[in-house]
Amino acid sequence: MNAPAQPLVKIRDLEKRFDLSGNFLEQLRFRNGRFTRQQEFVHAINGVNLEVRKGEALCVVGESGCGKSTVARTVMGLLSPSGGEIHYDGQRIDDLDGKTVLPYRRKMQMIFQNPYASLNPRMTIQQTLEEPIRFHHPDWNRQTVRDKVHEVMHSVGIDPDWGKRFGHEFSGGQRQRIAIARALAVDPEFIVADEPISALDVSIQAQVLNLMMDAQEDRGLTYLFITHDLAVVEHFGTRVAVMYLGTVCELADTRTLFDSPRHPYTQALLSAIPRLEDDRPNHIRLHGEVSTPVNLPSGCVFHGRCPYANERCRTEVPQLIATDGGAQVACHAVEEGRL
Amino acid sequence: MALLEVNNLDVRFAVRGGDLKALRKISFSLDKGERLGLVGESGAGKSVAAFSILNLIARPGYIAGGEILFEGKNLAAMSDRELRRIRGNRIAMIFQDPMMTLNPVLTIGTQMIEALKAHRRIGTRAARQIALDRLKQVQIPSPDKRLDQYPHELSGGMRQRVIIAIALLLDPEIIIADEPTTALDVTIQAEIMALLLELCEQHNVALMLITHDLGVVSQVTQNMLVMYAGRIIEQGPTKEIINDAQHPYTQGLINALPQMGEPGRRLYQIPGAMPSLNRIPTGCPFHPRCQFATDLCKQEMPEYVTSGNVDVACHEVRKLIEEEQQQREMTS
Repeated sequence: MNAPAQPLVKIRDLEKRFDLSGNFLEQLRFRNGRFTRQQEFVHAINGVNLEVRKGEALCVVGESGCGKSTVARTVMGLLSPSGGEIHYDGQRIDDLDGKTVLPYRRKMQMIFQNPYASLNPRMTIQQTLEEPIRFHHPDWNRQTVRDKVHEVMHSVGIDPDWGKRFGHEFSGGQRQRIAIARALAVDPEFIVADEPISALDVSIQAQVLNLMMDAQEDRGLTYLFITHDLAVVEHFGTRVAVMYLGTVCELADTRTLFDSPRHPYTQALLSAIPRLEDDRPNHIRLHGEVSTPVNLPSGCVFHGRCPYANERCRTEVPQLIATDGGAQVACHAVEEGRL
Repeated sequence: MALLEVNNLDVRFAVRGGDLKALRKISFSLDKGERLGLVGESGAGKSVAAFSILNLIARPGYIAGGEILFEGKNLAAMSDRELRRIRGNRIAMIFQDPMMTLNPVLTIGTQMIEALKAHRRIGTRAARQIALDRLKQVQIPSPDKRLDQYPHELSGGMRQRVIIAIALLLDPEIIIADEPTTALDVTIQAEIMALLLELCEQHNVALMLITHDLGVVSQVTQNMLVMYAGRIIEQGPTKEIINDAQHPYTQGLINALPQMGEPGRRLYQIPGAMPSLNRIPTGCPFHPRCQFATDLCKQEMPEYVTSGNVDVACHEVRKLIEEEQQQREMTS
């Protein structure tokens, strides 16, 4: 089932650091009678390898600060990587200049978390949707553009007659539909969705999720879906990558991951979902705090909260290793058969 | 007698062009040590309900009718001075965002001691000891040190633990928690919820939990209320409602959860969105989104009917119950 699918997007050894220390003068410190230069970084992503296969929905889950949004933005080219490569359909795209990257920008579109912030308040919906089409198809005439806008509005369930209205006249769910329409307007192949339903109410979440699944079926889309909501992942994802402090700790088919999570962090995360069925949560309680990505712990990033951590975990960084179940897990305990 | 009894509470917001009815004839009760869930989507009025219990509704909002009986005394008719003796002391609140509730320029210790001194005749040293005990109870590591720290020095989960410690400071009878874990990560959320539950049981405190998360409600509470457009549309034992919801809206909410659907298939969806307060439809407020709506639903607000232990406000459910009764009479 998963062997023949081609990788559409390849992320290789991706690293992203954000400089916290400001300009040269702000970096200078006076200590013990000497000037020294001090730099501090947020290590948002530390060597992430992922492949998104054609036609699948790869979900990236993790808690806040784990780097999942940074992965999304780096793939889209909104941030430039500090290290590593990003390939789209066999072509490296992270080092292309503004002009040569354009065709890829059309094929890759993004949906953001907050539909209140991602629509320009001073543009009508018609203008919002026409802009990307005009930009990517400068040779199209007015009528063709209009027809296209009409078609995408129709396909996301927004009445095309509402084109003259502004974003603020719509509810949150409708705005997210418009944001999806804007992404679909240029006929993309690959969509990065960064927490697209987290800001919406329960009954509206179902509507938007259905819309995204319909679009995937009708247009053969490939998704990179960023979320913290595991129930959504179970429903929507083909495969799941679990991230913790900038590294992938487990990567598996959705069914495999939910049936038999291997990494101790994945196990804790799954047990923490509040479910309707059981009475008393039988969840694994993690102790300790999430470390900050400024001072990364040595060894396995999870060792401070892991009940199975030993000396090796504190010193050596675990690599993603394939297990018999088909999952890839980065954990010394799993590798050694202790777990 | 119930510890807290709310009868026909009406809350309105006076704006240009008339009053917005935020709560319409809300009634419920809370017993000692009970855990009650209040569920609804944004705009349903669940936070307004929580705030109005302690009369914390700011102008232009006001309580237009009904009563809030706490140990038999009407909070809605009390003076500010009398209320101040109850707020934080007998009834405590926990809010969604701990950074908004803690004063950023005072240390944790100062804020806790201040609360104790406001309600009790107590010396600083004794107050500090009580504060320290409470921080220990909420399992904060090195509580001694935390007392002298400022809120920004703590993580989100730690801050919410401090908030819980402050809520428990004066041994209240009721804690009203408004989305206490929504701003937190999943694993931290589970920890905080378990802690809150444990402490409420230990101290025999009644908990009113306001949330949009049906999973949390089903795990934590014994009874629940479902709100829609300022009305309670269904209330009763949590288990009964989760397993066999009567109102079409509650059914829709439960079925729309991704965990109820088959992976990869379309989810059940309720069409449309919650109406805003200035455009509440006549009759049953849910009728424009309801697949069972009839002409009666468009004209008349449904009264409550009882099915099992659950009260439901729905014309169609009433019809079903009446039909069942008739059949039973016919056979006997």
